[in-house]
Amino acid sequence: MADVAIPRAKPHMSEDSAWTQLKHNRNWLGFWFMVPAMAFLIFFLAYPLGLGIWLSFTDTRIGRVGHFVATENYEWLWDDSIFWLSVFNTLLYTFVASALKFAIGLYLALLLNENMPFKAMLRAMVLIPFIVPTVLSALAFWWIFDSQFSIISWSLRHLGIINQNINFLGDTTWARICVIFANIWRGVPFVAITLLAGLQTVSPSLYEAATLDGATRWQNFRFITYPLLTPIIAVVMTFSVLFTFTDFQLIWAMTRGGPVNATHLMATLSYQRAIIAGQLGEGAAISSAMIPFLLAAIMVSWFGLQRRKWQQGENND
Amino acid sequence: MSSVQIRDVRKSFGNFEVLHGVTVPIEDGQFVVLVGPSGCGKSTLLRMLAGLENITSGTISIGDRVVNNVQPKERDIAMVFQNYALYPHMTVADNMGFSLKLRNAGADEINKRVKRAAEILALSPLLDRYPRQLSGGQRQRVAMGRAIVRDPQVFLFDEPLSNLDAKLRVAMRTEIKELHQRLKTTTVYVTHDQIEAMTMADKIVVMHDGIVEQMGTPLELYDKPDNQFVAGFIGSPAMNFLKGHVRVNGVATFEGPNGVKLPLKTAPAASDGRPAVYGVRPEHFTIADDGAEAEIIVVEPTGSETQVFAKIGGEQVVAVFRERHQFNPGDKVRLKPDPSLVHLFDEATGKRLNA
Repeated sequence: MADVAIPRAKPHMSEDSAWTQLKHNRNWLGFWFMVPAMAFLIFFLAYPLGLGIWLSFTDTRIGRVGHFVATENYEWLWDDSIFWLSVFNTLLYTFVASALKFAIGLYLALLLNENMPFKAMLRAMVLIPFIVPTVLSALAFWWIFDSQFSIISWSLRHLGIINQNINFLGDTTWARICVIFANIWRGVPFVAITLLAGLQTVSPSLYEAATLDGATRWQNFRFITYPLLTPIIAVVMTFSVLFTFTDFQLIWAMTRGGPVNATHLMATLSYQRAIIAGQLGEGAAISSAMIPFLLAAIMVSWFGLQRRKWQQGENND
Repeated sequence: MSSVQIRDVRKSFGNFEVLHGVTVPIEDGQFVVLVGPSGCGKSTLLRMLAGLENITSGTISIGDRVVNNVQPKERDIAMVFQNYALYPHMTVADNMGFSLKLRNAGADEINKRVKRAAEILALSPLLDRYPRQLSGGQRQRVAMGRAIVRDPQVFLFDEPLSNLDAKLRVAMRTEIKELHQRLKTTTVYVTHDQIEAMTMADKIVVMHDGIVEQMGTPLELYDKPDNQFVAGFIGSPAMNFLKGHVRVNGVATFEGPNGVKLPLKTAPAASDGRPAVYGVRPEHFTIADDGAEAEIIVVEPTGSETQVFAKIGGEQVVAVFRERHQFNPGDKVRLKPDPSLVHLFDEATGKRLNA
């Protein structure tokens, strides 16, 4: 092979024009391929985010161009007890719902990973809450938790457990429980199916090896399944926390933040102030106040997601 | 260490029986290789021995104890998996010490035993690495280390070398055999590679379609295969088979394809005229004036020996010569099988006919 004379192409002497270089240079070519994605991200993500942050420093109202007011909106919010209530609600909602979604989702995933009859059908069924449009399911929950026609109240009354309807969405504690319940119902399939996908990447021979090594089923989970699942848990829970923290539809369809703001999340409060009351600047400030929390959540998962040493490639030691 | 008795073991998946009554006695300290083509049930048998599959009927005992209903972890066996099944999130040391940790052994004890196993397998410098950072051969050794650490009654190997490249496979073969000579632990080793079986085993069990075709030492199987399947499976290049008829009038001869006469030392008188298969290993041909006429098709020199593909009576055979002949494709030569080393099988049943 080596001694076959290959006729050499004549070296190209003349310098290519700048335009030809732009067309053929590999680095520029890479850039051209990047442009559509970049444009999309700039127009639909970076610009709205930047605009939102800018608005939060102005006194813009609907129909009136605002002026720069520095941190005045934030100063107002600092003294606004409803804002702080919404922060508390959001944290409570996110924390309780995410923790329960994780627990139930993991349990379901482990269950669905077992060999059982109608496995495929059961797996498909788990996805149902995820397929139903959020607003539709919220409306269904609205009826389920209705103060007069609630099927739960009706059933409990007929069973003789209670003798008057529970005011699900009218009582502050009940309302919080109800919206968290609805959020869990909607969010569990995502967690369950993703964790199930993660479980299926674990080679069965690892369990066999561990069984021969003397591991019980619990030890199989504790020492094999759980550590191997941590990377995917980190991803799923980050998404779950972000979605829950910024949740709007469910709350708005079920309670509109009531009763007495007990279920107002930062997202719903922001919408109420900005769109309904027209105070775009203040609403934007509430939205922007979510950013530090979201960044914190992302940072946590960033460190959680850092490729663990055992996942690293061949020559990294 | 202990003996293992596999008695009339059957295994069915649903209505489909994959093992049809397998009996294999294994002596204490023996290195037994289960060999056969894929789907013959050898891995299933090994997994039943490990307790990873239920036994449909029959019994398996380790030592004096029938283990049919004994949990895998109570069987005191260690297994090396084909894909090694190393825990990816544990270091080499943790992988090897995992079974001891589960048995609540003290840290000192674990450390001591892991160190000892690591020394045996030359893994000491790698104890802090993760499986991903190891080469195939190193992973293989860690998998063996995990087995050694437990000091079990029986080692089970499930095609442990099939993921390695050819050169490493030969090296690991020697290493495993040496390890067995050193530890003298009863070993059951599954492979589809007859060379591995021949080189490593004290006893080979040839399996095919869920039954044991033949058991014996490597050379017994090579010299005296019970049937045509074993004859064709053991040995490389594989034995040549020529169909024809036995003639026992005065001198026993074999009438091969297109009337070619092939020599026989003896043949049972009853087999006269019987359709039979004449088996001769490639290395048992010589060039002789009274040999059968053959036309050379392809010559493949490998240095130490030369493989010659030729046609006898229109049928292709392969012959191997240690000495160097000047052959060219198209040459006519006379190939003579060594009559004392040929094998004769019944054409219908495949059973061996000559003594």
